[in-house]
Amino acid sequence: MATAARKTAPKPSSAKSRSPAKPSSTAGGTPAVRTPKPEEFKQEQELSAYRDMLLIRRFEEKAGQLYGMGLIGGFCHLYIGQEAVVVGMQMALKEGDQVITGYRDHGHMLATGMDPRGVMAELTGRRGGYSKGKGGSMHMFSKEKNFYGGHGIVGAQVPLGTGLALANRYRGNDSVSLTYFGDGAANQGQVYESFNMASLWKLPVVYVIENNRYAMGTSVSRSSAETDFSHRGLSFKIPGIQVDGMDVRAVKAAGDLAVDWCRSGKGPIILEMQTYRYRGHSMSDPAKYRSKDEVQKMRSEHDPIEQVKKRLLDKKWASEDDLKAEDKRVREIVADAADFAQSDPEPDVSELYTDILL
Amino acid sequence: MPTEILMPALSPTMEEGNLAKWLKKEGDAVAPGDVIAEIETDKATMEVEAIDEGKIGRILIGEGTEGVKVNTPIALLLADGESEEDLSKAPVSAPPPAAQAPAEEPAAQKVEETPKPAAVPKAEAPALPADPDIPEGTEMVPTTVREALRDAMAEEMRRDEDVFVMGEEVAEYQGAYKVTQGLLQEFGDKRVVDTPITEHGFAGVGVGAAFAGLKPIVEFMTFNFAMQAMDQIVNSAAKTLYMAGGQMGAPIVFRGPNGAAARVAAQHSQDYAAWYGHIPGLKVVMPYTAADAKGLLKAAIRDPNPVIFLENEILYGQTFDVPKLDDFVLPIGKARIHKAGKDATIVSFGIGMTYALKAEEELRGMGLDVEIIDLRTIRPMDLDTVIESVKKTNRLVTVEEGFPQSSVGDHIAAQVMQRAFDYLDAPVITVAGKDVPMPYAANLEKLALPSVAEVVEAVKAVTYRG
Repeated sequence: MATAARKTAPKPSSAKSRSPAKPSSTAGGTPAVRTPKPEEFKQEQELSAYRDMLLIRRFEEKAGQLYGMGLIGGFCHLYIGQEAVVVGMQMALKEGDQVITGYRDHGHMLATGMDPRGVMAELTGRRGGYSKGKGGSMHMFSKEKNFYGGHGIVGAQVPLGTGLALANRYRGNDSVSLTYFGDGAANQGQVYESFNMASLWKLPVVYVIENNRYAMGTSVSRSSAETDFSHRGLSFKIPGIQVDGMDVRAVKAAGDLAVDWCRSGKGPIILEMQTYRYRGHSMSDPAKYRSKDEVQKMRSEHDPIEQVKKRLLDKKWASEDDLKAEDKRVREIVADAADFAQSDPEPDVSELYTDILL
Repeated sequence: MPTEILMPALSPTMEEGNLAKWLKKEGDAVAPGDVIAEIETDKATMEVEAIDEGKIGRILIGEGTEGVKVNTPIALLLADGESEEDLSKAPVSAPPPAAQAPAEEPAAQKVEETPKPAAVPKAEAPALPADPDIPEGTEMVPTTVREALRDAMAEEMRRDEDVFVMGEEVAEYQGAYKVTQGLLQEFGDKRVVDTPITEHGFAGVGVGAAFAGLKPIVEFMTFNFAMQAMDQIVNSAAKTLYMAGGQMGAPIVFRGPNGAAARVAAQHSQDYAAWYGHIPGLKVVMPYTAADAKGLLKAAIRDPNPVIFLENEILYGQTFDVPKLDDFVLPIGKARIHKAGKDATIVSFGIGMTYALKAEEELRGMGLDVEIIDLRTIRPMDLDTVIESVKKTNRLVTVEEGFPQSSVGDHIAAQVMQRAFDYLDAPVITVAGKDVPMPYAANLEKLALPSVAEVVEAVKAVTYRG
C-alpha cells in the first residue's frame, strides 16, 4: 500500500533536480496550473532587473560589512543569492498591490522602491530609519510603498498578508497581497489556517514560498515531510507551481500568472521559488550544515545576477563598460546609504515613549 | 412511578427559560433521542430530547410558558407497564435550588452540553449612580449586557463602513452567546463573517485587515481560546505601531467572554485581565454594567489602537439601565466611582464588581461607608482616581477573579504604595482567585473564586474591625 502510494505520488522535488516546467497540482479538484516558460525580457527589462538585483546584492554586502564593524546590532539576515525572487515578483505588480514578508526583508524593501538610506539607517538604529530606529532589520514598514513588514515571528506574516487580501476583497478593489515566507515558515500551523480561509473566501493573495533549502540550519529534507512546497495548498484546493527562483524571467512569468489569477477572482495561489541563500541564516551562522562546494556550485552556475549579465552581454544590449558604470552607480547609492546610516543621529530619547498608542 | 422530565439548562449560567413548543402530546410514545420539546432563552433555542423510553403521561408546563425555572418538572413520562392511574403517584416536586448538586441520576432528558447549574454570583442590577457623562433627564432603558454589546456593534457598523465583525459562529448561528444576534440580517455576510475554528489564523487575518485600514471586531468565543492567538495579538497587533515608527498600526477590537463562567473547569475559566494588561500597545477594557459595555465598546471600535475587550458570560444576561442617547460613547481609561464612601476603598472591575457590591451592602450594615471604584479599563489604568480615593479613605482592597500572582490588584497595590504610601493606614489587601487551576466540582469551584465573605473580611481587616 505504502509502496503503491509512493509510486503514484508526485516525485518530490529538490533544488538539485529542478524541473520548472512540470505540471502542477491536480489532486482533489484543485485547479491545474502549469509553470509558465520564462518570459523573454526586453532590453530595458533586463537592464532594470540587473540594476535592481545588483542594488540588493551590494546593499547586503555593505550591511554585512557594517554588521562586522559593530554598527548593526542584533540579528541581520542577508538576502544575497535570492535577489531574482523579489525583483521578478515586483515586476509583476502594479500600484496598490501589497507586499509582506518575514525577517529576511531588506531585498523586499529595496524592490518595492523604499529608500536605501532609510533602510540602512534602520539597520544601524538611527532616527532617519524607516521606523525611526525602533524596528531594526526585521521590523520595517512603508505605508507609502505598500510594504507591510518585516515580521520577526516565523510565519506570522502569513495570516497578516491574508488579512491584507481580505481588505482588498472587502473594498472591492483589484489589489493583490504578495505574502512571502520561507520553507521553514511553511511548516507553521498558522500558514495552513490562512490557506484555508484564503481559499474558502477566494482572497487575492499570492503565497510566495522562498525555498532557499534551509530553515536556519535544518535542510528541507530534514524538516519537511512534503518537500514540494507547491503542493502545500492541495488540501485547500490552492494550486501551486515550482519556479526557478534564480532566473528573474521565470519569476516574472510566474508572478504575472499568479497576480492575474488573483485579480480575476480565482482566489489564492502558491509559488514555490526555488532559490538559495549564499550567506548564513544570520550573520552569526557558521553554516556548518552545508558544504562550501554546494554554495560555490550555486554561485557559479545559477547566480541570478550573472545570468542577466550574460544575456545582456550576449545580446550586446550592454557592454562590459556599461555594466561597470552601472555597478559604480549602484555602489555610490549604497555608499551614500551607509554614510547616512552612520552619520544620522540615534533617535531622540523622547522617542522611547512615542508610537505606543495613537 | 412516572419519571419527571425537568426543565433543562442550556448553559451553566441559565436560570430560567421559555417552553417554546411541545413536539409530543400526551399519550405519545417516545424513544431515547426523540425531540420532545423546544425551549429557548434570550440567547439560544434548544431541543429537549427524551433519554428514557416511555409514553408522555402528562404535560405539566404548557407550550408558550415563559420564565420556567431550570429543573421544574415539565412533563411526566410513563414507563412500560405504567398507566394513567400511576400519574397520581408522581411526586409533586418543587424545582431544587440552583446551587444544589444533583444527588441521583440526571433528569430524564438531555440537551447538548448540559452542565448542571452551579452557584453563580448574581448581583442585583444596581441603580447606576448619576454619571457625569449623561445629561440630566435622559431616559434610562433597562438593557442586558448582551444587548448593550450588540447595540454598540450595530451602531458603529451603521456609522462606519470599515467596521466589520468576524469570529466563530458570529453570523448564521447568531453568536455562540448571542451577542451578535441580528447583525448578519442587518449587515450581510460581507460584514458579519463566520470563520473556521482557527483562532491563531483569524486573529492574524483581522490584524492584517486592520493594517490595511479596516476596523475589524474579532470575536473570540471565549478568551481562553485566544491563547492560541496570543502571538498575533501581542507581537503583531500591539507592537506594530511602535516597530513601524508610527507609520501603521492595528485599529482592531478583540472581544469575547473572559474569565470563569460556571462549571467549565480549568481550560475555560481563566481571567486574562492581568495578561493583556501587561502589554504596551494594547488598551484593555473590562466593563461591568450594560451602560459601560455599550459606551466603552463603541469607544473601543472607534479607537485607532488594538483594544482587548473582556466580557463575562455570567454578566451577559444581567440587566442595567442604559441611557437612551443617539451616540453614547464613554472614555476608555477612566474609572467610575460606583458608590462614594469614606471608610475604605474597594477597587474592582468586570464581574469582580458583583462581589464588591454585595460586600458593600453587608459592610454598610456594620456601619462602614465604603467607596467602590469600577476600574472599567485595565490599560491605560486610571490610577489617579484610585489614589485620590485612597487619600480620602486611607484604606484599599482590590477584588478580581484572576490568579493572585502578578494580578491587576498587585499592580494597583504597588502603585498605591509608591504614590500614596503616607496616606495608607493599613496594608492593601488584594482579593483574587486562588492560586489553582479552576476545579470542576461545584464546591471546589466556589472555593477557587473570590467570595463576598473574603471581601468583607478584607475590608474589616484594613479598617481594623475585629
